Amino acid sequence: MIKLIVTMVVILAAVGYFLHARRGLSPTRAAVGGACAAIVAVAPHLWIAKDTESIFPLSTMVICGVYALFALGLNIVVGYAGLLDLGYVAFFIFGAYVGGWYMSIYAVNLNESFKFHFLSTANPNMPGVHLSFWLVLIIAAVVAAIAGVVIGAPTLRLKSDYLALVTLGFGEILFEVFRNGGDIFGLNLTNGTKGIGPVDSIGTGPLDFIPGFKDKVTAGPLDLQPKYYIILSMCLVFIWVSLKLREGRLGRAWMAIREDELAASLMGVPLMKSKLWSYAIGAVAGGIGGAFYAQFVGTVNIDNFQFIVSIIVLCSVILGGMGNVWGVSLGAVVIMWLNYTGLQWTSDKINFNLKEYEIGIFGLLLVLMMLFRPDGMLPAARAKQVKQAEALTLEGAPVGGATA
Amino acid sequence: MKLGKFHEQGDIRTVTTTTPAATKPRRELSRTDAIGLAVLAAFAVWVLFSFISNPTLFAKVLVIGISNGSLYALVALGYTMVYGIIELINFAHGDVFMLGSVIAALILEKLFNQTESNPTAWLLLLVTLVITMVICAVLNMTIERLAYRRLRNAPKLAPLITAVGVSYILQNVGIKLNGTGSQVSRSSVLPKSKIGLGPIDIEVKYLLVLAITIPLLILMTWLVQKTKVGKAMRATAQDRDASRLMGINVDRIISYTFAIGGALAAAAGLMAFQINESTRYDAGFRFGLVAFTAAVIGGVGNLFGAVLGGYLIGIIYALTEGAEGFLGAAWVQTMVFIILILFVTFRPGGIFGSNETEKV
Repeated sequence: MIKLIVTMVVILAAVGYFLHARRGLSPTRAAVGGACAAIVAVAPHLWIAKDTESIFPLSTMVICGVYALFALGLNIVVGYAGLLDLGYVAFFIFGAYVGGWYMSIYAVNLNESFKFHFLSTANPNMPGVHLSFWLVLIIAAVVAAIAGVVIGAPTLRLKSDYLALVTLGFGEILFEVFRNGGDIFGLNLTNGTKGIGPVDSIGTGPLDFIPGFKDKVTAGPLDLQPKYYIILSMCLVFIWVSLKLREGRLGRAWMAIREDELAASLMGVPLMKSKLWSYAIGAVAGGIGGAFYAQFVGTVNIDNFQFIVSIIVLCSVILGGMGNVWGVSLGAVVIMWLNYTGLQWTSDKINFNLKEYEIGIFGLLLVLMMLFRPDGMLPAARAKQVKQAEALTLEGAPVGGATA
Repeated sequence: MKLGKFHEQGDIRTVTTTTPAATKPRRELSRTDAIGLAVLAAFAVWVLFSFISNPTLFAKVLVIGISNGSLYALVALGYTMVYGIIELINFAHGDVFMLGSVIAALILEKLFNQTESNPTAWLLLLVTLVITMVICAVLNMTIERLAYRRLRNAPKLAPLITAVGVSYILQNVGIKLNGTGSQVSRSSVLPKSKIGLGPIDIEVKYLLVLAITIPLLILMTWLVQKTKVGKAMRATAQDRDASRLMGINVDRIISYTFAIGGALAAAAGLMAFQINESTRYDAGFRFGLVAFTAAVIGGVGNLFGAVLGGYLIGIIYALTEGAEGFLGAAWVQTMVFIILILFVTFRPGGIFGSNETEKV
């Protein structure tokens, strides 16, 4: 209970900060936002997450968090810079395999006796490479960012449909390369379809030095609460980064490119540089999310990286509200909740197996949203402005310099 | 768009007859072209090497490739026509192909009770072909009417996502009709005999596929090149507003385009299940991506290019899967998508197209 109160206080402080930062916020929205924040903060302790039969189990929450992080990353590429990416799974693959490579006994496949430990929670006698989870996150971020630049550099000058196809192609090629990677010229790079595992747990690290902490909190492989708070804070950091970037020079460059590439380049916006940055930063979210996912699931299995992942992440961004960090996070949470728990839970309640219609429901949701609410659940402010401007023009109001 | 520029013959965007290349100045080989030629040459050597090391296997694989290629060509035509006319990558098209094969299998097995190879079954196969083509044509028109038409002037992402959504709905219909099983086996009514050509055995079913698909392709060419509807289609693809001003009912023409695409996909679906003797609810998506690659190779919007691309990709697919000295079945996707990426990056206009950049 004490923990709960502490978190509430922290949240209220954060809400106060945001209210202060944005004075234009209406009281209702501020209240709803604050309540949502408080719910998110205490969610693992609520009745909705009591056990695996509940309406929103903790494991589903963590998965939702991972996909929210992906959606936030893709939001930078699709929502801010307006580049259509159908191969986001590529960065997920890189992140997850970095997690597998540096936090398991996988390395024995390359060299029987190889052993390297650094601040790891693994048994010191275990062979293989075992790095601290936090270090692996950094490596995954760097690897994913490099992958983003490498994929982006030759392709970003293409126009939108073709860019979508090329990114889709890269995602599919990577999938096959990692699947067949168990034997590339005799080298076992990915352990093929067998996958890599088990992945080391996160551990509490330096927090153990706080007196009494070790007795209160355990962070073994099966403890979901610490993982929930870790992925939540990763998402929050990324939301903060996104908001800061959007206000900054780079963010304005992205939006200029999104609205009109030619005009942006004439105004001196460096097209390639801005686009590559958006790709790299978007990829970082995929990378760290992937490494976290590897740790959360405990194994790295190629079957988890199908094309549908890219589609789900893209749909989260679009259903949630392209360009709005809160919207895309909500989109990811809704889709993944439906996917992992929602349909099953509803099916049990109404005695009708909705699971059989899972992909159909998903498809129908996409079509209906596109037809009736194309700007998403929480549209970005910019989308609203455009709508208003269009409405004005249609009514025959004078179209001066006022329209965007 | 590329207004005011005449394209090669067979391009869906061409309205009038083109003047031959007489006006085209000789141009020097650009660096991209040189690299492209080098890659092609290397690939040709690779193919030649495979042919020399095992000619019998190579010929056998080649026949399979050509036969599958004609199926890819049929589906690629649907992609290329739709892209040419409303600039949409119709992700649901592969699933129309899948539903075509499922529906055809159900009609032939459940309605006509034909599972053996005999003359009655062959006749009923043709009847099934016609019925399935009609069903899928109506299905594709309905999809366009309900889902895409309202989004014709929306930002580009909206129709694309809608197409993905429709694709999943169709897959779910496939599951309901065909079961969730990964592979549901269906009996083929095509003869299982083989024709010996010297040392090479060619299975008759592959030749029968060609016997059905090639007339369809010819019919299709005639439809687009010679009939009034075809002319209207090409006009709409070139400039929708101008066509409307000329009195063409653009909505109806787009509907026709979807109908033709659906019918061709249905024919491909029927032949695919007859060859593979199985159907699968998610088979359409992958098949569709490969077919779209074929369309890109030929230059999106170019009908003749799509057919040629279909055959090329079919042959490359089969060679990669089966021929000596190639990577094997595990790397087929990689091969296809590398080709896709190379084409899109260096020759977005396809084999025949120019690789000029788009001007405003």
